[in-house]
Amino acid sequence: MELIVQGIIKAFQLIFSFDPEVLGITWLSLKISGTATFISLFIGVSIGTLVALTNFPGKRIVISIINTGMGLPPVVVGLFVTIIIWRSGPLGFLEILYTPYAMIIAQAIIATPIVMGISLASIQNLPPNLRLQILSLGASRMQMVWVLIKESRLPLLAAVMAGFGGVISEVGASIMVGGNIKGYSRVLTTATVMETGKGNFDIAIALGIILLLLAFLVNLLLTQIQQRQHPR
Amino acid sequence: MNNILTVQNLIVRRGGVKVLDIGALNVQESRILALIGPNGAGKSTLLLTMAGLLKPDQGEMCYKNRPVKSSADRSRMRKSVCVVFQEPLLLNTTVYKNVALGLKFRSLTNGEIRKNVEDALDYFGISSLAGRSAKTLSGGESKRVSLARAFALKPELILMDEAFNSLDPPTRETLIDDLRHVLEETKITAVLALHDREETLRLAQDVTVMSEGRLIQSGATAQIFNQPDSEFVANFVGTETILEGTVKKSNAGLMEISIAGKTIEAMGNYPPGQDVYCCIRPENITVLQDTPEKTSARNTFKARIQKIVRQAFFYKMILDCGFPVVAYVTVSSCDDLGLCEGSTIIASFKATAVHVMKREK
Amino acid sequence: MKMFRSSQWIVALIIVTALVVLGATGVFAAPKQRNIILATTTSTQDSGLLDKLIPIFEKETGYFVKTIAVGSGQAMKMGEKGEADVMLVHSPDAEKKFVEQGYGIKRRLVMHNDFIIVGPGADPAKIKGVKSSADALKKIASANALFMSRGDNSGTHAKEKTLWKKAGINPDGQKWFQETGLGMGQTLNVAAEKKGYTLTDRGTYLAIQKNLGMEILTEGDAALLNIYHVIEVNSAKWPKANAEGAKAFSDFMVSKSTQNIIKTFGVDQYGSPLFFPDAGKKVEDLGK
Repeated sequence: MELIVQGIIKAFQLIFSFDPEVLGITWLSLKISGTATFISLFIGVSIGTLVALTNFPGKRIVISIINTGMGLPPVVVGLFVTIIIWRSGPLGFLEILYTPYAMIIAQAIIATPIVMGISLASIQNLPPNLRLQILSLGASRMQMVWVLIKESRLPLLAAVMAGFGGVISEVGASIMVGGNIKGYSRVLTTATVMETGKGNFDIAIALGIILLLLAFLVNLLLTQIQQRQHPR
Repeated sequence: MNNILTVQNLIVRRGGVKVLDIGALNVQESRILALIGPNGAGKSTLLLTMAGLLKPDQGEMCYKNRPVKSSADRSRMRKSVCVVFQEPLLLNTTVYKNVALGLKFRSLTNGEIRKNVEDALDYFGISSLAGRSAKTLSGGESKRVSLARAFALKPELILMDEAFNSLDPPTRETLIDDLRHVLEETKITAVLALHDREETLRLAQDVTVMSEGRLIQSGATAQIFNQPDSEFVANFVGTETILEGTVKKSNAGLMEISIAGKTIEAMGNYPPGQDVYCCIRPENITVLQDTPEKTSARNTFKARIQKIVRQAFFYKMILDCGFPVVAYVTVSSCDDLGLCEGSTIIASFKATAVHVMKREK
Repeated sequence: MKMFRSSQWIVALIIVTALVVLGATGVFAAPKQRNIILATTTSTQDSGLLDKLIPIFEKETGYFVKTIAVGSGQAMKMGEKGEADVMLVHSPDAEKKFVEQGYGIKRRLVMHNDFIIVGPGADPAKIKGVKSSADALKKIASANALFMSRGDNSGTHAKEKTLWKKAGINPDGQKWFQETGLGMGQTLNVAAEKKGYTLTDRGTYLAIQKNLGMEILTEGDAALLNIYHVIEVNSAKWPKANAEGAKAFSDFMVSKSTQNIIKTFGVDQYGSPLFFPDAGKKVEDLGK
C-alpha cells in the first residue's frame, strides 16, 4: 500500500515537473500511435467503404476476414512484421526493424481492421435507399460516397477512438519491432514494462497514469465532437 | 400534349424473376400521374427505373425525346429528375443543409443556393425549421423537408414513392393540400406512386393502375374511377358494388340489365344477351326512408340493411336489394333516419351512376 | 448551425493529426549515420550501465546504437540470424558454442559481477552463510522451499541450470520449483511476493532491493561469477551486419576509459560498484 501511495506521489512529481524523459516518451507515443491511427483511418475507411458499397462474389468471406482482423493479437502482428522486416526478411533492405517506422507499420496493421470493420458496418447500416436518394439529387458517385462517409462520421469517430486506444495501449508488437530503444523507440507502454521489470514502480506508475490520462483526453475530445452532433 | 418521358417494352428482372414488364407508358409534361396498385405491383421499381437509378434489363426509355441508354445518359437525366422516397432519408445535419444538399452537387453560388433553399422551405411552410437538426423533426416535418429538398432543385420531373405513408391523418391532409398547391404553382411534372384512392383522387390528373409488374389500365383519373375496364381495376379504385348481370334490352344508349332476377337501368350500348359487370360507386347511392314521390333516379329498390360499418366520417352500409349493394351514409343522416342493422329502407341510384363493363364468360 | 462547428472540429482534428505526422517523419529521420544493433541482456540495461555508456560511445563514434535488451539466449539467437551486430552477454558456455559454430568472432572479456542467492529473511531452508552454492541449492531442495527460476533461457537461467547440475538435482517438475518466464527484476518481485528463493545477479538486486525486503543468503562462491563478454557477429557469415560498428563498440567496451567508468558505476548510488572491469584478464583468474 505504501508502495502505491509513494508511487502515485512520485508519479505526479514526475508529471508536473515536466521531466524531459517522461515528456519525450509521451510525445513519441502520441506521434507513433497518432500516425498509425491516421494511416489506418485512410486505408480502413476507403477499403471499408468500398467493400460496403460494392457487390462481388465472396463479399461475405471478405467481411468475415475483416471482422476477424479486428481482434488481431498485437504480438502476432509484431511477430510477422519482425519476420518480414528483419535483415534476412523480404523487406530487410529497408532496414527499419527497431525504428519508430516499424512501430507505426505494426500499429497501423493492428488499427486498420478495427477502423475498416467499423466503417464497413456503419456504411452498411445506413438506410439502403439513401445512396439512391443522394444520386437522385444529382450527385456523382464520388460525391455520393463522400456524403455517406460524412453521414457515418459518428461511428467513424468511434472507430478512431477504438483504433487509437488499441494501439497506444499496445505493448507486445511495439517492443518486438521497436526494441524499446531509449529516446528513439521507447514509448509509454514499453517503458512501463521495462520500469516495472527494473522495480522502478514509481516511474512505472507515472507512465501508467500518463497513458490513462492520454487515453482519457483523446476520448474526451472525440466525445465532445460526438455530443455536438446531438444538440440538447 | 408533350411527353416528357416515354417507356417502351421495359423489362426489369430481380434475381432472375421478372418484376416489371411494361408495354408502354407515357408521362405527359406538366401533369400529375398516379401509379396505383397493391403492394408488390412494381410501382417503386418503375419509379427507380424512370428516375435513371435502375438499369432496365430490356426496353427503351426516352427522356425529352432523347433515348436514355448508357449510364452517362442516366446520370445526365438525374440532374433534372428527382425521386422522393417513402422514408424521408434526411442526413444528420440541419434542415437547411439537407435542403441545400442537391443544390451543392450543381455548381451554384452560395447566394443562389440560399435563395433556392429559402424558396423551397417557404413552399412547404417550414422556413422556421431551417436551423433545426433533422433528427429532432416529427414525421410530417421530415417529409416536408425531404419534399423541399427535391423541389429546391426545380426538377423537370419529380417522382414520389408513397409520399404520405406513415403520416398521421391530419398531417397527411394538410400535406396533400400543400403538395397539390406546390405542384399546381410550379407546373412540375409529377409521378406519384400511391395506393390510397382518396389521395389519388385529390392529387392525380392521370392514373395508371399496376398489378404484378404490368400496367392494367391508364387514363384520366375520372375515367379510371368511373369506367374501370376490368374487375381488378374496379375493385382497386374502390367501386364497392360490382354486380354480374346480363343485358336484357338496349335502346338508344339506355339498357335494361337483369341482375339476380331484378332489373336495373344503366347507360350503354351493349347488345341484349351480353354478359356484363355493373359497377356502382357507393357515394352515388342514396338511402331514403320512403319512396320519394319525385325522383330522377331510374333505379329504386327496397332494401334491408344487412350490416353497418363505421368508417372515418361516414357509415358504410351493406344493403340487400335482392342483390348486394354498398352505400355510404353520413353519420348525421344515419342518426336522423334512425338506421340500424335490419331496418328496411329505400336505395336509389341514377342510370348514369352505373358503370357497365363487358364480362367474358 | 451546430453542424458547422462540428465539421470545423473534424477539420481541426485532421490538421492536428497531419501535423503530428509531419513532426513524426521529421524527428524519426534523426539517425542518418549507420546503426549498430546491440543485443544484450536485460541486466545490463536494467542496471542503468548502458544508459551511461552508450551516449558516450555515440558521441565519440557517431554511430547510433539500438540496444535490444533480451535474455542472453535470445540475444545469441539474434546473432545467429545476423539480426544483431554485436552482443554483450553473460552465458559463457553458450557463447563458446556460438563462436565455435562461426556465428561470432573476437569474444572479449569485459567485466563481471556475481550472482547471489536471495530469499526471505526467515530463511526456511537455513542457507544463510552457506558458502557453496551447490550446498545451498541442495538445502533448498531438501527443505522443499519455494525457488523461483527465470526459466527464460537468459544468462542467469543458464547459470542457474549449471548450478543445479553441479548440485546433482533435477528440479524440473518439482512442486517447490517454479518458473516465471520473466526478466530479472520481475522475477525478484515475484520471489519477494511469494517468499521464495531465487538466483539473481548482484547488480539488479542492488538496484531494486529497496522494495523487496529480501536478504542476500549465499554469495562469494567462485561458481557464482557472472561474466560478461562482448562478441562481434561474424560479418563473413552475415554481410549485412555492421562489422565496423561492431568492432568499434567492442573496442570501446574494453577501452581503458570505459573500464574506468565501469569500475565506479553505481558506487554513489549503492555504496558499492555493480560491475568489476576485467578487460585483458583471463576468466580463470577472476574471483581470486
